[in-house]
Order: sequence, then C-alpha cells, then structure tokens
Amino acid sequence: MIPELGHFAIALAVVIALSQAIISIWGAHRGDARFIAAAPALALSQAMAVGFAFLALVWSGIVSDFSVINVAEYSSARTPLLYKITGAWGNHEGSILLWCLILSFCGAAVAVFGRNLPSALRARVIGVLGLVSCGFLLFTLTVSDPLGRIWPPPSEGQGVNPLLQDPGLAFHPPILYSGYVGFAVAFAFAVASLLEGRVDAAWGRWVRPWTLGAWCLLTSGIALGSWWSYYELGWGGYWFWDPVENASLLPWLTGTALLHSAIVVEKREALKIWSVLLAITTFSLSLAGTFMVRSGLLNSVHAFANDPTRGVFILALLGLVIGGSLLLFAWRAPVLQPAGLFAPLSREGALVLNNILLCSIMAVVLAGTMYPPFVQLIFDQQISVGPPFFISTVVPLAAPLMAAMGLGPVLSWKRAAVAPALLRLWWAALASLIVVLVGFYGRLGWAAVGFGAALWMVLSALAEIVERSQLFRQPIGTAWARLRGLPRASYGAAVAHAGLGVAVAGMVGMTLASHSIVLLHPGDTTKVGNYDWRLVSLTSGAGSDFTARIATLAVTDARTGQAIATMYPARRTFPLQQQTTTDVAIRTNGFRDLYAALGDERDGGIVLRIHVNPLAPWIWFGALIMAFGGALSLSDRRLRIGAPVRLARRRAADMKVAAE
Amino acid sequence: MKRLRLAAGLLTLLLQVAPAFAVSDPSELLSNPAMEARAEAIGSHLRCLVCQNESIEASDAGLARDIRAIIRQQVVAGRTDKQITAYMVQRYGSFILLEPPFEPLTVLLWGSPVIALLLGAMIALLAFRRQRREAATIAPAPLSPAEKARLEALLRS
Amino acid sequence: MSAQVPQKSVLGRRLLLGAPLAVLALVGGGWALMLRRMAGGNFDPHSLPSQLIGKKVPDFSLPGLDGGVAMTGAELQNPGRPMLVNFFASWCVPCLEDAPMLNKLAKNGLPIWGITYKDKQADTQRFLSQNGNPYARIAVDQPGRVAIDWGVYGVPETYLIDAAGLVHWRFAGALTQRVVDEDLTPLLRRIGA
Repeated sequence: MIPELGHFAIALAVVIALSQAIISIWGAHRGDARFIAAAPALALSQAMAVGFAFLALVWSGIVSDFSVINVAEYSSARTPLLYKITGAWGNHEGSILLWCLILSFCGAAVAVFGRNLPSALRARVIGVLGLVSCGFLLFTLTVSDPLGRIWPPPSEGQGVNPLLQDPGLAFHPPILYSGYVGFAVAFAFAVASLLEGRVDAAWGRWVRPWTLGAWCLLTSGIALGSWWSYYELGWGGYWFWDPVENASLLPWLTGTALLHSAIVVEKREALKIWSVLLAITTFSLSLAGTFMVRSGLLNSVHAFANDPTRGVFILALLGLVIGGSLLLFAWRAPVLQPAGLFAPLSREGALVLNNILLCSIMAVVLAGTMYPPFVQLIFDQQISVGPPFFISTVVPLAAPLMAAMGLGPVLSWKRAAVAPALLRLWWAALASLIVVLVGFYGRLGWAAVGFGAALWMVLSALAEIVERSQLFRQPIGTAWARLRGLPRASYGAAVAHAGLGVAVAGMVGMTLASHSIVLLHPGDTTKVGNYDWRLVSLTSGAGSDFTARIATLAVTDARTGQAIATMYPARRTFPLQQQTTTDVAIRTNGFRDLYAALGDERDGGIVLRIHVNPLAPWIWFGALIMAFGGALSLSDRRLRIGAPVRLARRRAADMKVAAE
Repeated sequence: MKRLRLAAGLLTLLLQVAPAFAVSDPSELLSNPAMEARAEAIGSHLRCLVCQNESIEASDAGLARDIRAIIRQQVVAGRTDKQITAYMVQRYGSFILLEPPFEPLTVLLWGSPVIALLLGAMIALLAFRRQRREAATIAPAPLSPAEKARLEALLRS
Repeated sequence: MSAQVPQKSVLGRRLLLGAPLAVLALVGGGWALMLRRMAGGNFDPHSLPSQLIGKKVPDFSLPGLDGGVAMTGAELQNPGRPMLVNFFASWCVPCLEDAPMLNKLAKNGLPIWGITYKDKQADTQRFLSQNGNPYARIAVDQPGRVAIDWGVYGVPETYLIDAAGLVHWRFAGALTQRVVDEDLTPLLRRIGA
C-alpha cells in the first residue's frame, strides 16, 4: 500500500510542479499578485509530495518489502539497517528520486528563505525550478519507476553491493547531488533575470549565497567521493580521472568561476552577461553529467546499469532545459545594460583571469571526457583519454591560477598597480621561494614547485587578512578592532583559498608516495618508506553478511625500531553477492598515511599492497577547509540579508510590548 | 529483471571479474628498482582493457596481470619504452594508450587548452572594447514607478 | 529598455550570444546519434576493434589438447579455405551460450579451430563432452600469451580467416543467430566459402 501511495505522490508532484511552473511564470509575467503569491505555497507542497514518495521508498527498504523491485534488487533482510535506508539511493531509480527530492527542496528553500526577494522575481525563480522539476518527475514516473512491484515477491533480496556498504559512500550521493542540484537555483535566477530583462548588483547579491551553498556541498561531495575511492577501493590513489568523477568536477569548475564573477556583478555591476551564462552552463553541466553517467555512452569504472530509452528521455529533457535557456540567453542577454567600467589590471581583471583559467580547465576536462565517444562516432576509431592526458594539460592551466589567486585579492577595484600589491606580499613570495629552493636541494624535483605554490596560496590568503586589518602597522588594539570588523566574507574567502593550498600540498605529497606489493608469510618483514612492516598473523572473522580474512601488521620505525602502529587490513567475502572487497587499513598521523590493503592468499602467505603516502590526509582536510570557508562566507551573507528583517520584526514586537 | 541479466552477462564476458582494485602478484616485480620503476611508468600509461578505466598497473584483472608480466620481461630484455608501447599498440590499437598520441585525429584534444585560452582571451578583449565604447554613451535605465517608491521608502527609513 | 541599444548591434550580438546554443546543438545532436546507433547495435563504446583485421594471422606455436597435434601460425596463414578460430574456456559462462551456434556452424561444414584460454585440460574435455565438440583442431594456451598476440581481451572470441590466412572479422562474446545471419554469413559469401 505504502509504495502505491508513494507512486501516487510522484504523480501528484508532477501536477503540482507543472502548475508551479505555469502559475508562477505566467503570474509574474502578467503582474498578477494572487498568482505570484501562490508560487511559494506550490513549491512547498511539491516538496512535501516528493518527500512523501521518497519516505515511501525508504520505508519499503526498512521493512524489507521485497515486492518492490528496487528493494529486492538492492537490499536484503540481512543488510544492516543503515544500508537498508541508504540503499534507497544506491541504484539508478532511487538516485533519480533523490535528485527530484533535492530539486523540490531547492524550490521550497527559495520559497522560505527568499522572503526578501522581490516577489515577482521569486515567483519566476520558483517557476523555473518547477519546470525543471516537472521534467525529472515525469522521467521518474514514466521510465524510471523507483517503486515498481514484482509478483511473486522473492523471499530474499539480492543485497546491497558490498562496495556501497560504507558510511562514506552512503552519504556521498545526497551531499554530491545537493551540490549538483543546488546549482539549479543559480540557473533559475539566471533564467528569471533573462525573463525579466534585467541583471543588476542585487542579482549578484541574491545569486551568490545560493551558488555558495551549492558549491560548499559539491566541494564536500567530491572530497567525500575521492576519500571513499582512497580508503575503500584499495588501489592507493584518490582520483581516477574517470568520466563519472569528471562529471562532478565540471560543474564544480564553472560553479567556482560563477562564485567569483558574481562578486564582480554585486560589487561593480560588470560581467553580468557572462555570469548569467556561467549560471546556465554550471547547471547544464550538472544535467549533462547525469546524462553521461546514465546513458552508457562512456567507459567508466562506476557506471549505473544503463538503458537507451532512459538515455533518450534524459537527452530530450536536457535539450529542452538547456536549449530553452540558451535560446532565451541569446535573445535577451544582448539588451542587458552594461555598466561598471574597469581596467584590465584590477581586482575585476584578476577575477576575469580566474574565470578564463577555470573555464579553460573545464573545457579541457570536457574535451578529454567527450573525445573518445565522438571520435568513435565520426571516425569509427577507439581511443582512450586517461590520467596522463589530464595531468599534463590541467596542471599547466592550474599553475597560473594558483599564482594569480594570491595576487588577486590584494589588487584594488577598478584600476590597480601590480608593484604595490606585490610589495605587500613580498614575505609570502619569499617564504614560498625558500620552500622551492629547499625542495630542489632535497631532490624533490617538480614537487618542490608544488609545495611552494601550496605555501604561496596559504600565506597570500593570510597576507590579505593581515593587510586589511593593518596588523603590525597599527597599534594592536586598532588592528584587533579592524580584524573583528572585517566581514565574514573576507575571512571566508581567505580560508577557502588557504584550504585549496592545503589540498594542493596533499596532492603534491601524494606524488612522493612510496609503495610496494609483497607476498608475506606470518612472521615476515618488509621495508616500505622508512618503516618495517611485519605480518604478525592471519586470522578469520565474520560479519552480519560476510566472512573475512584479517591480517595483523606491526609497523615499526626502521631506524629506531620504535613501534608505530598495529594495523588490521582485511578482505571480505560476501556470499550473497558473490563479491569480495578489500578493507583497507589506514593509520595517519596527519602528515603521512600508512596504508595497507590485502590481496590474494598464496601458499600460506598473503599478498599485501603497502603505501606510505606523505600528506595524503591534507587533500580531504583542505577540501573541508574550502567548504568551511564557503560556509563562513555564507553566514555573513545571511546575516546581512536577514538582519534588517529580524531587526524590524523585533522592533515591531517591542512596540507591541510597549503598547500593552 | 532483464536489466539485471544483461548486466550479469556483461560481467561474465570479462575474462575475470575484478571485484576490487587490489593487489597483484609480487613475484612479477623486478628486483632491480630502476627497471621496476620503468616498468611501472610504462604500465601506468596503458589501459586495462577489461576493466575500462584503470591502468594496467592499478588493475587486478588477469589480462592486466599478464600484460604487466610481458612489460617486465621486455624491460629485462633491454627493449626501449617506445618498443614496448609499440608492441602493445600493435596488438590492441591506440585504445590501450591512456595518453593518446599527438596525431591529426587528436589535434583538437591536445589543442583544447590553447583553444580555450585563446577563446577566453578573445571574449575578454571584445568585452573590454565594447564596455569602453558603450559605457560612455548609455545612460542607466530609468527606474520603474514601483522601484521609485521602494527607493523613496528606503531613503526615508 | 532596449531603446538605448542600437537595433542593428542587437541582432549581431544575438547571433554572437547564440554561439553556446550552437555548441549545444552540435553536442546534443552527436549524443542523439550515438544513442540511436547504440539502440540499433551499430555503436558500442565498450567494444574494441581488432588490430588483426586485414592482416595475416600472427606467428605462434601451441601444443594440442591432451597431446594432440600442435597448432602453428604457419598452418593458419595459408589454410586454403575460409575458417573460424575460436578462443574459449570451460570456466567462461558466455562460452556455454556460444557452443550451440558453433556446433551448428561446424555441422554446416565450416571448419572451426579452437584455442583454450587458461584452462585445465581435464576441464576442457568435460566441457566438450557436455556441450559438444565443434572443433576440427584444439590447441592449449595455458599462459594466455598467444591470446595477447591475437589481441584477445575476453573469451569467447571468434575470428574469421580467409583462404590466404587474412583475418576478416572478429567477434567478442557469444555468437547469436542474428550475428551469424547479419555479419558472418554475408562475409563468408563474399570471401568465397
């Protein structure tokens, strides 16, 4: 019964979404206040309907209702409760429903948090979101039903893919999708502004927090995915440059560009057309990513089971949403008013450079991802584009980006001179240079340059704060007051930039990793990095739905003989799914990871893959710092936008009290 | 259910189902570290044909293991990187190369960074010129009555 | 509000700003074509074309099954009539599906030589007694090296060789009636079986 109710809720949501689109957009167009006022209510009710459908799916999973195809295929009675719940989005149909859920929540969020927006603009934004929602809900309803039944129901489900039985991956999709789909709000703002025929500083101010929120989530989502790949797949790396991973990187790159260009719109009313295009592009890349992952057109390690019918549907949806918005863009953008004159050498100019470089990286990643299928289509030849290509093309583009990142924030708006800016950063530049030289002396090669760049990013971010607070130049009291007075957005930007520096340091550190693959018998010792690894014993164990072989490894310092850690890498066999997974053991001290993965057993011994990864945790830690910086910046905006409203309300309340 | 069977069929088509990206046979590693490093460098530029998007070095599939062994034999036999790569391309085509060679077919691919940068620079240049030209001549749009009222309200408060 | 922007330049800029739309149309059109061909079976991003097509069979020498006659590249480089070479193994599930079609082809008079891939000889014998033996000759590639020389990336794989030992066609996976009717039979007719 519950699945049928869920199914009905999806159908209801389609109708609500369609009316949300028509009533809001038409109402805003005609200036009809009643229709405009209906928009938020419709967005909220759509979110409730989709939310109910999603809960119905989760509930079917929790009670192990195997008459629901999705539950039968991706869950089992023995699956732990957590994965019964997360199994809801561990498959194609469920993940699309999750996608719809987040999209409808975006609409509801605009309805709730967008009270300070002009009501017509808010109605248009909600309307555009409703239109996109309607398309995806129709897709769910027609060709991707998550709540379909089978008869007779099997007595036992087929179980969750063991690789997905992991807390990291369980929460990866919701976070990643929130980022992906969150860019729909920026997209809706872009389309709404085109419909309205005006983009101004206020538009920049409104669109930025939504973009920032989505960006924080996408950053965390990508980091979580790469971390999962690092500790779960047991191959010692963290990024495959796989099409599925690239699909999440593409919107991140343009989203980051949008984040920066929106600042220029807000502060200087320049780059308006460009920002609108970026907002459309970012969400389009999110959509295209969904399509690429699910159509089966790309060779990928982690693809969904694919089906050409679905591919055709998503492609048509893609064509309508992106094509429609780009047509509107071509038609309406030329009449947008230009404003905000600036010299090429200025803060705006630096942000333009940031945009050019970020978009170039995006273009390269997109080209590398799409080239093989297109070459096959046109020339009937199979080629591969893999990590070596991406590394050798992306790094040269990222290098100037990192260099300019430190310089940009200290340039002044409108017109700037480089010399004084550089003068303020001399100590950061000097320190970075010393690191590079020391690195070369220590025979680190290119990694030395990488560490220098990472330090440059961190120090120049710090320098900006120091500069703006006039620390060390003013008396400490004045500087402290200035520090406290700095807007949180400034801190946020500095923290995010420094976070990227930390992440880059981690990535550079990983290039210096040492590793070895050895066959060890109990009692054997091998040396990797500066550590001795001794296989103490090999034992068996069992979990709720798997059996395991567990190795006990004692790691000691090779020079002093001091005990460092005892590690338990394992190999799990899941009889139900007939699958084996490695359970990697990682021991970190914050500056290096000891990493051990178990392989096959062979004549009484076991094959071990052992890595010593310098600075590895910094990659994800840095990404977290970036997301935190974004959140910090976001909190500033909310205060600034929310404050007058709250103040007015409190004043009204005070007056009411006084009146009584 | 049909979908499932299809997926199962695909899986069994592969030489050996590689469940996790695990570990290879240590006996195939070369004892000479310089040679081993060379072999790894070659292998990390070759694609594992069975598992689609991993390098030969990262994969635990049977075919990848065999190709790893062949690379090491040839390194020991004193063949150059180029010869070893050519040996693989002769058998599996340029599909096996994770880094596609620069040839007429891949001009657009390898040219993509330059094309993107040039395009970006061109757009920026055009925009700067237009901005110069038009900012001088165009007055800001007049406010609508509603906006005027809001502005007045804001100024009053 | 567009009154302040000259009309002529608006049209020009509309065309200019229509560039992203044009890019989308190209990419979307390409994708649509791929999907259509994929549904029609003419486009498979996971397929791997054989490098042997149009070339002679490579040199090799393999022992026969259970001490049978050895198989060499030289024999296949000049077989005198079109024939199939099939790589298979008893542990491979699609090979089971492949067997009936191979038996049928062999019965119709097409010579098929088999090469077992990483298989134990006893297992191969059991497989043949259970599923029929369509092979005129069988060789054993226990280390799987000859398979790599052929460019094999999975079993079963079937190669069509003409009278002069040139490879004309390679099929990866179990042969189906459709594949035989649409690909193999016309090719056989063309190279003069």
